[in-house]
Amino acid sequence: MTTVDLPAPALTAKDFSSDQEVRWCPGCGDYAVLKAVQSFLPDLGLRRENIVFVSGIGCSSRFPYYLDTYGMHSIHGRAPSIATGIATAREDLNVWVVTGDGDALSIGGNHLIHALRRNVNMTILLFNNRIYGLTKGQYSPTSETGKVTKSTPVGSIDHPFNPVSLALGAEASFVARTIDCDRKHLTAVLAAAAAHRGTSLVEIYQNCPIFNDGAFEGLKGPDAADQLLRLEPGLEVTVDGQTWTHDPTEANPTRQFAISRLDGDPDSPVPVGIFRQVDRPTYDDQARAQVADALAAAGPGDLQALLDSGDTWSVAEERA
Amino acid sequence: MSHPVTELDRVVIRFAGDSGDGMQLTGDRFTQEAAVFGNDLSTLPNFPAEIRAPQGTIPGVSSFQLHFASYDILTPGDRPDVLVAMNPAALKANTGDLPKGATVIVDTHDFTARNLTKVGYAANPLEDETLADFAVHAVDLTGMTVEAVKEFGLSRKDAARSKNMFALGLVSWLYGRDVAGTETYLAHKFATKPTIRDANVAALRAGWNFGETTETFAVSYVVKPAPAAPGRYRNITGNTALSYGLVAAGRLSGLPVLMGAYPITPASDILHELSKHKRFGVTTFQAEDEIAAIGAAVGASFAGTLGVTATSGPGVALKSEAMGLAVMTELPLVVVDVQRGGPSTGLPTKTEQSDLLQAMYGRNGEAPMPVIAPQSPGDCFAAAVEAARIAITYRTPVMLLSDGYLANGSEPWAIPSVADLPAIEPGFATAPNHSTTNAKGEPVEEFWPYLRDEETLARPWAIPGTAGLEHRIGGLEKGEGHGNISYDPANHDRMVRIRAEKVQRIADSLPPLEVDDPSGQADVLVIGWGSTYGPIGAACRRVRAAGHPIAQVHLRHVNPLPNDLGAILRRYDRVVCPEMNLGQLSRLLRAEYLVDVRPITTVRGLPFGAEALAHDLLTHVTRTAEALA
Repeated sequence: MTTVDLPAPALTAKDFSSDQEVRWCPGCGDYAVLKAVQSFLPDLGLRRENIVFVSGIGCSSRFPYYLDTYGMHSIHGRAPSIATGIATAREDLNVWVVTGDGDALSIGGNHLIHALRRNVNMTILLFNNRIYGLTKGQYSPTSETGKVTKSTPVGSIDHPFNPVSLALGAEASFVARTIDCDRKHLTAVLAAAAAHRGTSLVEIYQNCPIFNDGAFEGLKGPDAADQLLRLEPGLEVTVDGQTWTHDPTEANPTRQFAISRLDGDPDSPVPVGIFRQVDRPTYDDQARAQVADALAAAGPGDLQALLDSGDTWSVAEERA
Repeated sequence: MSHPVTELDRVVIRFAGDSGDGMQLTGDRFTQEAAVFGNDLSTLPNFPAEIRAPQGTIPGVSSFQLHFASYDILTPGDRPDVLVAMNPAALKANTGDLPKGATVIVDTHDFTARNLTKVGYAANPLEDETLADFAVHAVDLTGMTVEAVKEFGLSRKDAARSKNMFALGLVSWLYGRDVAGTETYLAHKFATKPTIRDANVAALRAGWNFGETTETFAVSYVVKPAPAAPGRYRNITGNTALSYGLVAAGRLSGLPVLMGAYPITPASDILHELSKHKRFGVTTFQAEDEIAAIGAAVGASFAGTLGVTATSGPGVALKSEAMGLAVMTELPLVVVDVQRGGPSTGLPTKTEQSDLLQAMYGRNGEAPMPVIAPQSPGDCFAAAVEAARIAITYRTPVMLLSDGYLANGSEPWAIPSVADLPAIEPGFATAPNHSTTNAKGEPVEEFWPYLRDEETLARPWAIPGTAGLEHRIGGLEKGEGHGNISYDPANHDRMVRIRAEKVQRIADSLPPLEVDDPSGQADVLVIGWGSTYGPIGAACRRVRAAGHPIAQVHLRHVNPLPNDLGAILRRYDRVVCPEMNLGQLSRLLRAEYLVDVRPITTVRGLPFGAEALAHDLLTHVTRTAEALA
């Protein structure tokens, strides 16, 4: 998170709501995430004008329109690259990317992994409903194998991505998972992600009531406690018979990755919370440092001297 | 001994060898010496896409052609007066371009039976009649180089690597050129490798002395300096000039520059050059792909920086959707396309002008973009500044169409005085621009991101960090003025027309076109755009020298077309348009003006030859005269 001046009057959630009517389907999990974000943005101590939300294409990508900050609703899959440009250009901005499972993992998969490896200052909210909603119900790169959708009438034959494993594989510095229906957990994880310097990736399990209703139903309600493994630093974790204490700050991501693989095991609970949170130099800080170092070493560039560089010659008067 | 010296007014030299023989460096050094001497010049590097194609083969031949003269010249020359061939492949690949009487300097060292067979020579061409039309100097350049650098104890292979400097020394003697500049250059380049430095310098001097002391060359030549306007000059390639133009645009606008790029031939040198200029507030971002490169540039522009991306045709194809986003969000952006032969991967290292229609129309929807083209390597500087001026002033992505010939070719460049370059005003929005009332009827000041400047139709550029101007933009259609999403049919119709009109109004800011028609009697007008300026100009001179008037006009702005172009085209009985494509500008002009523009086209990966083009133009002039008679 960037250090900026505190705003004079304290802001409230209302200050972050734009005048645009929210147009998601009734019951969509996106509402809960929007509420959570609007509720904790005032606590970040940032000026509204220093926050930028960037999105790609998909239902969740309408998110920036509903926040009274700077924002860009861009093109399919490209939000991380646009956010990279914004973050690299401006140290004083707090940059967010709002994306979905199709946007981030399918058409934009390349930009996502490269943003994660570079560690650009941005917080990525990956809304995962395991379906294409805006295009009306095709399977996504997180849909389970065998899923029957409009484009897979006899079942999907695609093997799905596990977004947390993918992010850990790309050596992301902050990786977490939360769920839309648990407001408290959602808010706590998003706030930690926002406070992290570097790329934070938060996968948010989110229900699509129209095209994939109940995708995460087993993880909700009073009986779901056993279905979730709520990661905390110091939590004892057992994977494949080996037990250790979960440490999100551990530099080697091997054990964090092992925890992420519990998803594939029907007998194991689904891990949520912060998998990884390590300090690593960010791309944009280093890019700015190179510019600052060049300036410090030799002063601001002299354009005339640049143009005059190399082998030059002068013609004193008209040569005929 | 003293040699007779013959004065010439122009010479075309072609250095040719294996890809690894250092021919580009040799040519570049001779160019620098000619430039500093005061000759006018024009160069044409020509090399394969493979880094090291199989040694000694024709596909592996790399060449560098230099035209230098005692008067102003416009092209790198059609046919070399002198060929320096470092092996049989280089000889075989280039002999066909030589005019009768040309001088051929051949390194005999590699003329073994095996090498001759490799390139299809049945017999040694140095020993039969193959080269009978030329003045051949067959010399063991490699052997003499090895001998000359013996004292440095290099391996035979390393010693032989200096043979290009021996050749350079020899040719420098032949044309009375000083090699001191090259010695300084070598001292700098090999500062950490003193032995290699000394060997290269020794080879260079040995080459010079060989010319001086042997009877091989009966005469040497002098080509006097060319007339030039007073001022300071340097030799510059198009890619360097274009990079400097982008640096200058940042300085003139007071904006930092963020350049996103993905390596691609022949545009990568722009990324390399800009990466050196951090002190000018230039940040370069080598992205994971072409799309991310332009994405970062669009993001940087949104954040108040001058966003730039540079690529070649295949990269432009990948960037199309993001260019559409920049059209819709009306953000400043400079997209550089250094065109190469296409389609697909095409001819990566060869030149072509076949991306014009892609630049004009290669996006979904009605997505107009200004298109600007430099006309010579040095002109890439001014064209880049102009592209930035339009991008910033009109809040629009701009396509800057260079090409492989401009990118790698070079010419003397009159260095502009920075103090004379006009400032570019970013004019960031700082305050609300619209008054309304809230639900309670109280007056409220708002920011509307799509309220426009009445004259330019540019929208306000409010950058993050500006309190009270928070707003959202994106790829969905905008409501006029307020900029909120709108699917209203009438609004879309209006916004499409406004975006088109905004680009059209750029024409109001352009200077009048200059038609070159010295006699004022021409019936035929030749029109071109981009790098064909030199060949068209040289061809027109030949036509005029043959006693026929002909007029030339050249376009820097292809979109929007200048306001006075229609009237100019209609003044002539015939309009001819030479292009390195199958007639893309001529189609645009026909569609726009209903004028019967006649294309002359070439797609050989090389610039037009002045002689052949002059022949075609003369045919048009003759036919027009016949029709008028």
